[in-house]
Amino acid sequence: MNAPVPVSLLVNGEPIDAFVLPRLNLADFLRENLKLTGTHVGCEHGVCGACTVRLDGEIVRSCLMLTVQAQGASVETIEGLSDSGEIADLQAAFRERNALQCGYCTPGMLITAQDLLKHVSVPDRRAIREHLSGNYCRCTGYQAIVDAVEATAKMRAERGV
Amino acid sequence: MKAAAFAYARATSVVNALELLAMHGDKAKVLSGGQSLMPAMNLRLLSPDILVDIGGLAELRGITVRGDVLVVGALTRHVDLLRSPEIALHARLLRDAVAHVAHPAIRNRGTIGGSLAHADPASELPACVVALDATIVVRGSAGGRRIAATEFFRGIYETALLPDELLVAVEVPVAGQGSTFFFQEYARRHGDYAVVGLAARAVVAAGRFSALRLGFFAVGDRPLLAVAAGKLINATVTPALLAEAATALADELDPHEDQQATAAMRRHLAMVLLRRCVAALLARPELGMGVGK
Repeated sequence: MNAPVPVSLLVNGEPIDAFVLPRLNLADFLRENLKLTGTHVGCEHGVCGACTVRLDGEIVRSCLMLTVQAQGASVETIEGLSDSGEIADLQAAFRERNALQCGYCTPGMLITAQDLLKHVSVPDRRAIREHLSGNYCRCTGYQAIVDAVEATAKMRAERGV
Repeated sequence: MKAAAFAYARATSVVNALELLAMHGDKAKVLSGGQSLMPAMNLRLLSPDILVDIGGLAELRGITVRGDVLVVGALTRHVDLLRSPEIALHARLLRDAVAHVAHPAIRNRGTIGGSLAHADPASELPACVVALDATIVVRGSAGGRRIAATEFFRGIYETALLPDELLVAVEVPVAGQGSTFFFQEYARRHGDYAVVGLAARAVVAAGRFSALRLGFFAVGDRPLLAVAAGKLINATVTPALLAEAATALADELDPHEDQQATAAMRRHLAMVLLRRCVAALLARPELGMGVGK
């Protein structure tokens, strides 16, 4: 009954076929099976946001999702967003504004911030804080993180991106 | 922590899902968005033998208007409620409420049917469907039935759903002329579960309520449709009358105590929300001042 189930999905554009136990969550699958360790596992009940990935273009908690639920879906992790250059400017702003701190929350923060910037071109600081409110920074580096997201939004607006 | 082992079945249709539920009874759990179910399983509060995944059933997703009823499919996600023009036009209360439900990544997965079937007394949508006088549409192996939202919630995580039944849709009467809504909650942080909340629908004509439904949440084991609202209908709302309704509300509530608030604090906050709600819906800010008992 609890036997492995076949699953086929795209991860960062690459087709993946695997047999997984139903209980294996997507975060563990990405980390343990695919060695994509940028996706972090924090609280495992959807509170901290360290496991945030994109599923068919929308951000989700990969710890609150079974790998088998991703059947046929396209998953993008921080490695995908980073390698494609999609968030190079956001990453640079995080470095410049000292928003990295210990870095544990950073992948989730970057994916969540990029999600906001895709939907709202120049969000104000309140909107940035609200959008990131589901992502915890244990170093409490929120001020610098909001600075970095705000700076990126303004730079993109100037460049007309 | 990780979920205990379970078997998994991906339902191919509603009929197939019902067959699976009939086969496994209360050993099965329905998985839709999973945003409440997965944490409960990860914390080992639940360990079903099998999950019946209805996530792929497109027939259960979507928002349509049929005459004067808005039909919201059970798999409609929170983000869809937030973005839907039909919801904004006919049942704005749902949109206002969803803005308080968790965070974007969770709203992208969580579904209205899942939230209602889960029946957390501190969650927003159960109180909304009670305030909206909605009907919960359910299918079982023996056929379908329709349950008034006020009859659906039975206790903490308890509903009128039987183990072999599936919540398939919610029917909401469309907002008529003069309909207004109010939604507000106290939470420690935006996106957290409410300490106390209020979802309300009213019809206001000539400065009076011709209808007023107050759905309080996180003040009991299920959403509560406040009887105290009756005092304010077809009456000129004076500060004295509102104080009387607030006292009646406090008597009606039997809130629980937890690490977030005492029962007395929950009663107090419910009275504050009542005042704010009435003041906002009647556009009379002076009524929102003070909380007399």
